[in-house]
Amino acid sequence: MQLLIPQEEGTEKAIRTGFTFPEKRPDPPKSESPVKRTGWSLTPKMRVGEWVIERGIQGVALLCLSIIALIFIFVFREAAPIVMGKVKVVEEVSDIGAAESYGDDEAAEDGMAAAPELAMEAKASDETIDAKHILGLEWQPVSLEPRFGIMPLIVGSLKVTFIALLIAMPIGIFAALYTSTFAPKWAKEIMKPTIEVLAGIPSVVIGFFALVILASVLQNVLGYDSRLNAFVGGFAMAIAVIPIIFTVSEDALAAVPKPLTGASLALGATAWETALFVVLPAATPGIFAAVILGFGRAFGETMIVLMATGNAALISPDLFESVRTLSATIGAEMAEVVFGDPHYRMLFFLGTVLFVVSFGLNAIAEYFVRNRLMKKFKGG
Amino acid sequence: MATQRKNIIGKLVFSLTAGCAFLCVGIVGWIMFNIVWGGRHHLTWNFLSAVPSEGMTEGGIFPAIIGTFFLVIIMSVVGVPFGTITALYLNEYVHRESKLAKAVRFAVNTLAGIPAIVFGLFGLGFFVQFIGGGIDNVFRGGDMLWGQPTILWAALTMALLTLPVVIVSVEEALKQVPRDLREASLALGATKWQTVRKVVLPNSIGGILTGAILAVSRGAGEVAPILFTGAAYFLPHLPGQLSDQFMELGYHIFIMSTQSTDVTGTLGIQYATTLVLLLLTFTLNFSAIWLRWRIRQNAVAA
Repeated sequence: MQLLIPQEEGTEKAIRTGFTFPEKRPDPPKSESPVKRTGWSLTPKMRVGEWVIERGIQGVALLCLSIIALIFIFVFREAAPIVMGKVKVVEEVSDIGAAESYGDDEAAEDGMAAAPELAMEAKASDETIDAKHILGLEWQPVSLEPRFGIMPLIVGSLKVTFIALLIAMPIGIFAALYTSTFAPKWAKEIMKPTIEVLAGIPSVVIGFFALVILASVLQNVLGYDSRLNAFVGGFAMAIAVIPIIFTVSEDALAAVPKPLTGASLALGATAWETALFVVLPAATPGIFAAVILGFGRAFGETMIVLMATGNAALISPDLFESVRTLSATIGAEMAEVVFGDPHYRMLFFLGTVLFVVSFGLNAIAEYFVRNRLMKKFKGG
Repeated sequence: MATQRKNIIGKLVFSLTAGCAFLCVGIVGWIMFNIVWGGRHHLTWNFLSAVPSEGMTEGGIFPAIIGTFFLVIIMSVVGVPFGTITALYLNEYVHRESKLAKAVRFAVNTLAGIPAIVFGLFGLGFFVQFIGGGIDNVFRGGDMLWGQPTILWAALTMALLTLPVVIVSVEEALKQVPRDLREASLALGATKWQTVRKVVLPNSIGGILTGAILAVSRGAGEVAPILFTGAAYFLPHLPGQLSDQFMELGYHIFIMSTQSTDVTGTLGIQYATTLVLLLLTFTLNFSAIWLRWRIRQNAVAA
């Protein structure tokens, strides 16, 4: 065995000239913490204080857990009448009226100004708020006959998200592959901070950049009509998504066990063959998670789309048409609605959709990283 | 022949991936260059210290800077202790693989993934209307003070948004504290809390600071959560109490570039404001990176 060790190091050094392995990540700390085992102090009077503090700390940590629940409850609560309406389609007026008045406690601050309108709005709400209309093709919240069809918004969100992913996915994944396998040391030292800087750019700055510069540049190059459109939004969104895809992919690629790559190289594969056919497939679950997280970010991001997509609720297959996304709709319209009216509830409903989607995507990504990737590497 | 073809493909793969990597560098450079170039004339001391005038087409961004400052201060006062305690719990008090720890960790991850605008809705539904409105109804007899967007509610919303940042960074610092130190402390008869307070926390103060800085950087840049929880287009006075509204840099950029009366005429102001925000977040981020690097060096040295 001792003879083998210097040889192994020698090979590594030889390989390093053309193919740098990622440093081995430190093992996670041993599961059992020493504090746990040592247990209580022997002086009884200390114990009460210790117990109180421990419970307090636990309480704060559990608060974290309850925040998620609170967010869901409070976003959903404001949207609830709509979902109720959705389930019952159009039933009695009184039922929905009751659901409406449920939210009126909060809206009570609006006082007299809102009161005369409420009756009318309640009426409007049971005309508009049912399943058919929610999935309608028109979003015209402010008109004599308001229409709250969320289809254009969903299509808009998906359009921007897919454009963003189409651009960010190859760039992010290839850049991560480069950094974790081919890159010489100096390139790595450039890439890591660059991505941190990119991730640190506030989305409103990217939005501003897209609005002022990117839109004009792209219009000059591609020559489409409306200056702000889904493509500009998607392009700008890609800038925001690249850091996520890069970071998560890079983690997955760097975590690929060394023996795997070593074996591939020993069998005579070149550096790029190893990178493409061994490292990349091994890290697939992690890269998949990266894409899902990128999707979630792009789907929920607000400021970029609010500033760069033109915000017209249209359904069309044209990528260079102005779109309005779910998040941008909330951002643009919430400031102008009356608390408690159907439009207000509809915006909260959109928020619920965003919450549920991001929660689901997160759970999927977590599953892929935790279960698939780690099991694969541990050989379990 | 085969090797030659392989070499060509290899070169292609290499240059493709390298190209993608340096494209990222290029994008960063492009954005930075444009913002700096556009804002360079407008960024003067007067711009930083004056209030907006002439219907927001002239003057500076002083109220927005102060508003951002107050926002992140209140946010940190709430968020950093909260995040630190949660990280302590996850690292010191509970078994890593326990159900509770896993659940809390999942919650933190989810929190990090929830869109900022949903936090904004939550802030409006929970803080402004439920808590604020509740306070008004119970203590002020329906007289509206807290049941409207204020800097306090905006800061609390932002604290929740930045919580994962703090937790992750404090946790990393806690992991760097050598196990021997804890064991030595416990062996000398210190209780768990004494160990945490006197040994673990002082040794991870850098990580807590890093977390706070990163959170501030994130909080200063996010606009969506404060859109309807407290940010204002223009205010003649600075926020003096927690129930005031406030101006904010990011919101100022958004509103000036989309809803200003004279969008092209104020382009200089917009660029300069963006430059200020960018400089602020970068300074914060770099100090966080530097701090983290120092911590790692120390950990290696120890």
